[in-house]
Amino acid sequence: MKFSEEFEARFAEMVTHYPIKRSVLVPTLLYVQDETGFLSDEVIAEIASRLDLTELDVRNVISYYSMLTTKPRGKFNVQVCTNISCMVRGGEDILDHCKKKLGIGNKGTTPDGLFSLEEVECIGACSWAPAAQVNYDFHENLTAEKIDRVLDEYKNKGTQ
Amino acid sequence: MPDVTLTVDGKKVTAPAGTLLIEACKSVGIEVPSFCYYPNFSLQGACRMCLVKIEKMPKLQTACTTVISEGMAVTSDSAEVKQARKGMLELLLGNHPLDCPVCDAGGECELQDMTFSYGAAESKFMEAKNHRDEQQWSPVVYFDRPRCILCYRCVRVCGEGMDVWALGVQNRGVTSIIAPNKGDHLECEECGMCIDICPVGALTSGAYRYKTRPWEMKHVGTICTHCGDGCKTTLGARRSQTGLEIVRGDNRDKSGTNGDFLCIKGRYGFDFAGSEERLKQPLIRKNGRLTPSTWEEAFELVGKKFTEIRDKDGGASIGVIGSTRTTNEEAYLLSKFARTVLKTNNIDHHRTADFPALAAALRGKPEATVSMADVFTAPAILLIGNDPTEQHPLLAWQIRNNVRLHRAKLYVINSGPIKLRRQATSFTQIAPRAEGKLASFLAGDDAASDALSGSGTNNDKEAWIGLRAQLRSEQNLVIIFGSEIRGRAITSLVKFGSSIGGAKFIALADYSNSRGAADMGLYPDLLPGYHPVPISSSPFRDEWGDIPHDVGLDLPGMVEAARASKLKALHVVGSNPIGRLNIDPFVFSKSFVVVQEMFLTETAVIADVVLPADNAYEKSGTITNTCGDVQLLKKAGDISELKSDFEMMVRIADAMGHDIHKLVPFGGGERADVGFSRGAQSGEADRHAVWLEMQGLEPKLSPFDPIAILDEIQRLVPGYDVSRANLVAGNSQHTSLSKAGPSTQQNPELIIPANDNLFTSGTLGRYSRALKSVLESHEIKPAEVAAD
Repeated sequence: MKFSEEFEARFAEMVTHYPIKRSVLVPTLLYVQDETGFLSDEVIAEIASRLDLTELDVRNVISYYSMLTTKPRGKFNVQVCTNISCMVRGGEDILDHCKKKLGIGNKGTTPDGLFSLEEVECIGACSWAPAAQVNYDFHENLTAEKIDRVLDEYKNKGTQ
Repeated sequence: MPDVTLTVDGKKVTAPAGTLLIEACKSVGIEVPSFCYYPNFSLQGACRMCLVKIEKMPKLQTACTTVISEGMAVTSDSAEVKQARKGMLELLLGNHPLDCPVCDAGGECELQDMTFSYGAAESKFMEAKNHRDEQQWSPVVYFDRPRCILCYRCVRVCGEGMDVWALGVQNRGVTSIIAPNKGDHLECEECGMCIDICPVGALTSGAYRYKTRPWEMKHVGTICTHCGDGCKTTLGARRSQTGLEIVRGDNRDKSGTNGDFLCIKGRYGFDFAGSEERLKQPLIRKNGRLTPSTWEEAFELVGKKFTEIRDKDGGASIGVIGSTRTTNEEAYLLSKFARTVLKTNNIDHHRTADFPALAAALRGKPEATVSMADVFTAPAILLIGNDPTEQHPLLAWQIRNNVRLHRAKLYVINSGPIKLRRQATSFTQIAPRAEGKLASFLAGDDAASDALSGSGTNNDKEAWIGLRAQLRSEQNLVIIFGSEIRGRAITSLVKFGSSIGGAKFIALADYSNSRGAADMGLYPDLLPGYHPVPISSSPFRDEWGDIPHDVGLDLPGMVEAARASKLKALHVVGSNPIGRLNIDPFVFSKSFVVVQEMFLTETAVIADVVLPADNAYEKSGTITNTCGDVQLLKKAGDISELKSDFEMMVRIADAMGHDIHKLVPFGGGERADVGFSRGAQSGEADRHAVWLEMQGLEPKLSPFDPIAILDEIQRLVPGYDVSRANLVAGNSQHTSLSKAGPSTQQNPELIIPANDNLFTSGTLGRYSRALKSVLESHEIKPAEVAAD
């Protein structure tokens, strides 16, 4: 299986950071997922063989972490926090609003493959609650209008 | 390690530094409950049942992960500790279905026991329990998810113990589950250890589930009849219409050499005993067809024909083929019966290892062999040939766990990349069929090194010399070799071993009593104990009287004699030479063939008389594993219509008019009580029997009592003079070859490996539904075919 040169360089370097090879598994999975969008069977087999693990080992770790996924997601993964601070500041309303606007439920993906929606636990942005994360970018102090604008921007970006 | 002293519940405990608190408690009889802790596996700390109070530590601590230290003061039974354990149980029971009345584990469930002890049966939870349907992971492994308490024992035994790594834990928190390696099914060695080790009924056995309850069975710890390793398997037998039916095999009795281990055959392969294809009546060929008859008619006919042929054509016109699965007593009796009653030395068996060569090479070398138990503690092991993972699963387990727990050094030399290379300190691939040359090379013949490296391997001469030097520098090396090494190669290997301090040997043979068959003299030129024919000064002369002087025919010799119409009769006991050794069935068309067998095998169908026999799970006696460890076989199952091979031989001798006292030296029976005085006197009789047994004077009143022959074996077969008390108590007793007879050189071509794998077991395996179903599932692998 082929990954980008950038990933390969990073992997070669990362692997030297740990006394035990398998310790590099989580960062490796994250970087691969950034590249491939999700962790396919093929990716899992490749990583397992690189790190001398069984595929089951790799799947066990993937299933533990909610940010790792074995199923394809949309281009933009909208993660709305509904943990305590966000909840008291209306995070659940934001989530509901997103569901309506995108026409999908929790962990769903829009038919055009642009957006996925996910309810997540605390993303560490309590001071600016309610907050959401789209891929790696944070959007804070959200209101229905604000999240509309944010989603429209992404939509424009994605359809250009 | 220096000792550390601590107090537990006011009791002083002294244990070596580094001991876990839970083990230290156990050593003085204080039970600290736990689910996830299991000796010899990595620590988990998952179940929190072993919480104890340790003075000066702020919270309760887990005894299974705490290492003892000097002056530690521990409380294991205070109200606080009990409350904590009760709380843990309540959490574990939070989602545990209380289906104990139908659960396989009910009655032998650790969670049930704990709940009884701590009384957490009432729950404060109001939430509905999560239900998931039972899943079938393989033909023999079922998983009932809600019953699982996530102790991770199965995950560790599969990975660390078996080196299979087929089970894992997925998701987290309340959604955590045990997951098999192939999504919805397992791809593994099907050993079933995960089922045995499961403290609850989450993992259940496909062969046993929902069949009966633990207290309805009689549990008999006996020796597995499949491979040559001699594991103890606990058979659960239940009353049936014909006697006792075996319904379960597991490792409940952990007193065997195998400890926690049991492979698929020991666990599920018992079901051939209950096969519908079992012969239940003697068959006599009448008008060309095998017709059911009575035992009397059959014995009379066999006795008459054998006597006629012996007296008219001479004993040399009779051939005998013995078994590699019958008891030592039966093998010995057959050897004696052939030579003293049939007056023939034409006796052989399916050979899978060259024990005569080993006996000759080790003669006069005391302590040159080791027991299966010693493989677990040996500091260094050299394995040449064979694939123990497939053919000797217990041996593989012993080696693997010795490396894991004791850091033993393992040298593997094999023509294929066998799985044990994963544990090896050094793995060297050798050219196919070059193992004999390797033995010469190890013994000092440098020229032999040229033939060692095959085309696919690139070991040069220097590497081989380096490996040999390294092996020579080891102490107490255990040298284990497969049937690739035979004849003179064994002599060379033993020569090499004598240059190493404390080197010891194990020869690997394939069937459960292959070693016993060899030790008991199922050879045309060897008597029991490797004494060559003819009897000269050996002790056999006094006890056996005259036997034929000429060396008899081996198996190919008998086939040739039959082809030339010189073999008038053939007596086959528990063997299927036609099915297993590619012998033309029509060769014996002019011979009178008698077969003692469980099934209508390829050999039985050509017989003139077929006598239905008990198998190893239906009789008592002793059996010797490939290392030379003798163990006691105990009767578990019972089918009332059948007879043991032992009884049949005695009955045939009797029908031939032979004085059976001379064949089986059983007692007179005047004084002892065989149970006829039941009723008011029975207690007295039983006490008397106990006294007799203690004095080594078991009654031996019946001519069918194998113990009478065991006496003779212990008297006459060198190495078998082991402790009778230990043997009868169920312990394995190692026999030595050092005092064996001078032995003879055998034709190495006669050794034909069984080539069984994990899921096959010669002719026997074909009649096991469980083994067959697993074999089929591994051949087809439907999920992989269906995947796109």
